[in-house]
Amino acid sequence: MPLLRLPRRETEREVTGERAEGAAQCLPCLSHFPSSSSSCCPQIRFILIQNRAGKTRLAKWYMQFDDDEKQKLIEEVHAVVTVRDAKHTNFVEFRNFKIIYRRYAGLYFCICVDVNDNNLAYLEAIHNFVEVLNEYFHNVCELDLVFNFYKVYTVVDEMFLAGEIRETSQTKVLKQLLMLQSLE
Amino acid sequence: MPAVSKGDGMRGLAVFISDIRNCKSKEAEIKRINKELANIRSKFKGDKALDGYSKKKYVCKLLFIFLLGHDIDFGHMEAVNLLSSNRYTEKQIGYLFISVLVNSNSELIRLINNAIKNDLASRNPTFMGLALHCIANVGSREMAEAFAGEVPKILVAGDTMDSVKQSAALCLLRLYRTSPDLVPMGDWTSRVVHLLNDQHLGVVTAATSLITTLAQKNPEEFKTSVSLAVSRLSRIVTSASTDLQDYTYYFVPAPWLSVKLLRLLQCYPPPEDPAVRGRLTECLETILNKAQEPPKSKKVQHSNAKNAVLFEAISLIIHHDSEPNLLVRACNQLGQFLQHRETNLRYLALESMCTLASSEFSHEAVKTHIDTVINALKTERDVSVRQRAVDLLYAMCDRSNAQQIVAEMLSYLETADYSIREEIVLKVAILAEKYAVDYAWYVDTILNLIRIAGDYVSEEVWYRVIQIVINRDDVQGYAAKTVFEALQAPACHENLVKVGGYILGEFGNLIAGDPRSSPLVQFNLLHSKFHLCSVPTRALLLSTYIKFVNLFPEVKTTIQDVLRSDSQLKNADVELQQRAVEYLRLSTVASTDILATVLEEMPPFPERESSILAKLKKKKGPSTVTDLEDTKRERSVDVNGGPEPAPASTSAASTPSPSADLLGLGAAPAAPAGPPPSSGGGLLVDVFSDSASAVAPLAPGSEDNFARFVCKNNGVLFENQLLQIGLKSEFRQNLGRMFIFYGNKTSTQFLNFTPTLICPDDLQSRLNLQTKPVDPTVDGGAQVQQVVNIECVSDFTEAPVLNIQFRYGGTFQNVSVQLPITLNKFFQPTEMSSQDFFQRWKQLSNPQQEVQNIFKAKHPMDTEITKAKIIGFGSALLEEVDPNPANFVGAGIIHTKTTQIGCLLRLEPNLQAQMYRLTLRTSKETVSQRLCELLSQQF
Repeated sequence: MPLLRLPRRETEREVTGERAEGAAQCLPCLSHFPSSSSSCCPQIRFILIQNRAGKTRLAKWYMQFDDDEKQKLIEEVHAVVTVRDAKHTNFVEFRNFKIIYRRYAGLYFCICVDVNDNNLAYLEAIHNFVEVLNEYFHNVCELDLVFNFYKVYTVVDEMFLAGEIRETSQTKVLKQLLMLQSLE
Repeated sequence: MPAVSKGDGMRGLAVFISDIRNCKSKEAEIKRINKELANIRSKFKGDKALDGYSKKKYVCKLLFIFLLGHDIDFGHMEAVNLLSSNRYTEKQIGYLFISVLVNSNSELIRLINNAIKNDLASRNPTFMGLALHCIANVGSREMAEAFAGEVPKILVAGDTMDSVKQSAALCLLRLYRTSPDLVPMGDWTSRVVHLLNDQHLGVVTAATSLITTLAQKNPEEFKTSVSLAVSRLSRIVTSASTDLQDYTYYFVPAPWLSVKLLRLLQCYPPPEDPAVRGRLTECLETILNKAQEPPKSKKVQHSNAKNAVLFEAISLIIHHDSEPNLLVRACNQLGQFLQHRETNLRYLALESMCTLASSEFSHEAVKTHIDTVINALKTERDVSVRQRAVDLLYAMCDRSNAQQIVAEMLSYLETADYSIREEIVLKVAILAEKYAVDYAWYVDTILNLIRIAGDYVSEEVWYRVIQIVINRDDVQGYAAKTVFEALQAPACHENLVKVGGYILGEFGNLIAGDPRSSPLVQFNLLHSKFHLCSVPTRALLLSTYIKFVNLFPEVKTTIQDVLRSDSQLKNADVELQQRAVEYLRLSTVASTDILATVLEEMPPFPERESSILAKLKKKKGPSTVTDLEDTKRERSVDVNGGPEPAPASTSAASTPSPSADLLGLGAAPAAPAGPPPSSGGGLLVDVFSDSASAVAPLAPGSEDNFARFVCKNNGVLFENQLLQIGLKSEFRQNLGRMFIFYGNKTSTQFLNFTPTLICPDDLQSRLNLQTKPVDPTVDGGAQVQQVVNIECVSDFTEAPVLNIQFRYGGTFQNVSVQLPITLNKFFQPTEMSSQDFFQRWKQLSNPQQEVQNIFKAKHPMDTEITKAKIIGFGSALLEEVDPNPANFVGAGIIHTKTTQIGCLLRLEPNLQAQMYRLTLRTSKETVSQRLCELLSQQF
């Protein structure tokens, strides 16, 4: 049972949208950002939530990239994950890194980590995050992420900070989020 | 419409977002955005002061517009104003705006930092959290300067709330990563380690990341974290599935924390304390046992979380590589996963097994899964899984299964995905060479490779087959016969024509006796391919023809006719024309003797690292397979204790291609091999000058590497994902010369590449080093060389440090390693009789002249290895001198510019106790001391 349900109207408009088509193209990228398990780099390089049409619903960067580079990464990630099906692994090699991703309804949740990092731990970190979103937004759907984009950042910062996993207890995260909600 | 929460009521924002979403075209969207921007601008400029709510709403709209991909050039000031609001929602939007649109405007940074400072001091945990998250998200140097002192205090203060501690730990981690120099270690470090004991598992989770990073850079200082991590891990893995409440995820207790703790332990060797070590082994066994228990839930989340911990435990077991029992159990567990219905698990099992294959303890166990892996190659649907299967086959290959593996890889190659063909070709070529018992098999394999995947056979591969055929006369006849047969095929790959042309040109005479492959038949066969080939191949064939003129005088006129034809002599290509003209002339004017001399058979190629291995390394870049290959080699060296088989520092760049050797094809010069001649020349850098920028602390593991060079002169000194440093050195008396090879392992240029030699004060007067600067740019995949001339003035103890700084893809890299120039390099061995030895031994009986060390053997006590090491150390190994044949004695003279120091040494192994006693007697105390230190590390 998918956690995120996707309103029908949404899919239609975005799949036929002009920008969506452009974004689906893969640009060759020659530059490599530094890779290593060395301590100067965060474990998570970035977190992306994209829909099938390639629209970004959240982009959280844990390294310095300039805007062009970010756009290129977004497009490349979309190109590599959307061609995969359920028989494929949830891991894709990506430049000198790997993307751990999972699809929920029409949304791809992607985490880019170092090749040596623990695949399953990040795969479940994604799920843990999605369960929190689902609880917080009461059956989250894509539009919740659009209209409440500024709250999604808060959820991310509670669970991931400086490219590391900060808090894994759903109870604790939700308690904190409810407390913050009450301050509004 | 989504359910926008009632409470926050930013209705204007929701309306705006809806409007944008309803825009039918890009133009309509831009129009709507411009309208909104104009509106916001007028509000911000208006006379009426905006209330906090409006300001928040407009800043949030700006943020939304920015995230849509439009530039935002105003509103920063308003966002900064929000930071000093007392309302959480306003502050949050302010901080979010700052974090997303980082601005280096110095005026604003001061204001932002001021607001952060106030929030950090507010004692309001919510505000402190926002401020810390902002620092962690921006992490600029200015912020590090402002807060690197404050954050550690917050982290270790007794009254800090748990959630603030979590944020502070990771905030500090971010600052440490961006500006390690600004985060000095201090009193807080020991208290940070104790956070591993914290009651709040969230705090432990955050702190473990921080400690892991700090421990990588300062292993000594954080050594105590090992036992704390082990006991924390032990408490987690032995807890019942509900004990940890909030931190239990689908019946798995604290999986992420367990993974982090296991990663922290991978920064260290196995614990020395037997109690800690025992407890850790128990933990690892428990984790392996749990994998066998029936699952507590059918949900994939349960098995994923459990297996995340399991895989990390296996990584630790492999990292320690010291418990054969655990390694074999890990291998069996992975073996089960190889047939699991989850693709993820099959993939991860293949990947993890690849590293297990390189351990001597588990190599055999891995091999038992060969059939499953071959099956994976044939049946897996995901190309990345098949790729891992190829990697694993490569890793598990040895003499016993090479024929089977090579055959399977070859057959897979016929259908393999284009993206991985070249790599498979390289792997097959390497395995075929490495494990060739029978060189006929090798030649067949390579020709098959060319037949199946000719387009993916790179130059290196066919160069290599030629090198090998030329160097082994037992295979030359077979090679000539086989290429001749292969060339019969109506359509054969151009690479085959190249190999065929070259080999027949050298060894065609070996099959010329058979009328079916008479000289004329050979020539006609080759020439039938000539016109379909590219220019470089035709050039090669012309050389083959002139070689035929020498080998087979009977076809001379036929060949001269061909050379003389207009299509050759007047060829538009200069290279071909020149060859035709010169070869024709040569065949006409030269006497048989001269012809025979000029066109003599190629001499054997000097043995060097396989050019294909270099190519694979280059291709794979910083991937695991490459590293594996290296570690495997390194390990086998350690195990055998013998000298390094080949200087691993050579790379494609320094390996001239055989075609260049033979043909001088005027191909592109093989990568910039050294610095271009600098202006004026002879410009010596002042190698001792203090480097302006800070020098990195020594790279982890560099001491081990250093020790490995004490008894040898060539090898890889340092290697990380980006850079490989290889050394070759030679010493004579008090002089030496060292070649340092810097290899760029990436495909991106290194800029401002500056290696600097640093001698500590005392060393400067004792060791004289001279070198020239290298080219500041190192192209991707290229290697540059630096020569260091060394003079030993007087005896010395310390070693010079090599510091390398460069820019890579926008980040500054700084690496320091000790350069293995040690006193024993200036040894000259001295042979002497037993009588002489003991006479001199007695003469050096003054207590200051003798240094003795008794130590435990770190490596297996093997007589031959020990002998090799003593010889490698530089002294003569004197046989039949010591009355006890189990002992080793050596003698030599250390040459310095000022003096010569005679040295005698005696090594007494005690097999029962696994101990050695090493005694050194020299005429100088410091020399005895230093030599004893150096040699003790070696056994």
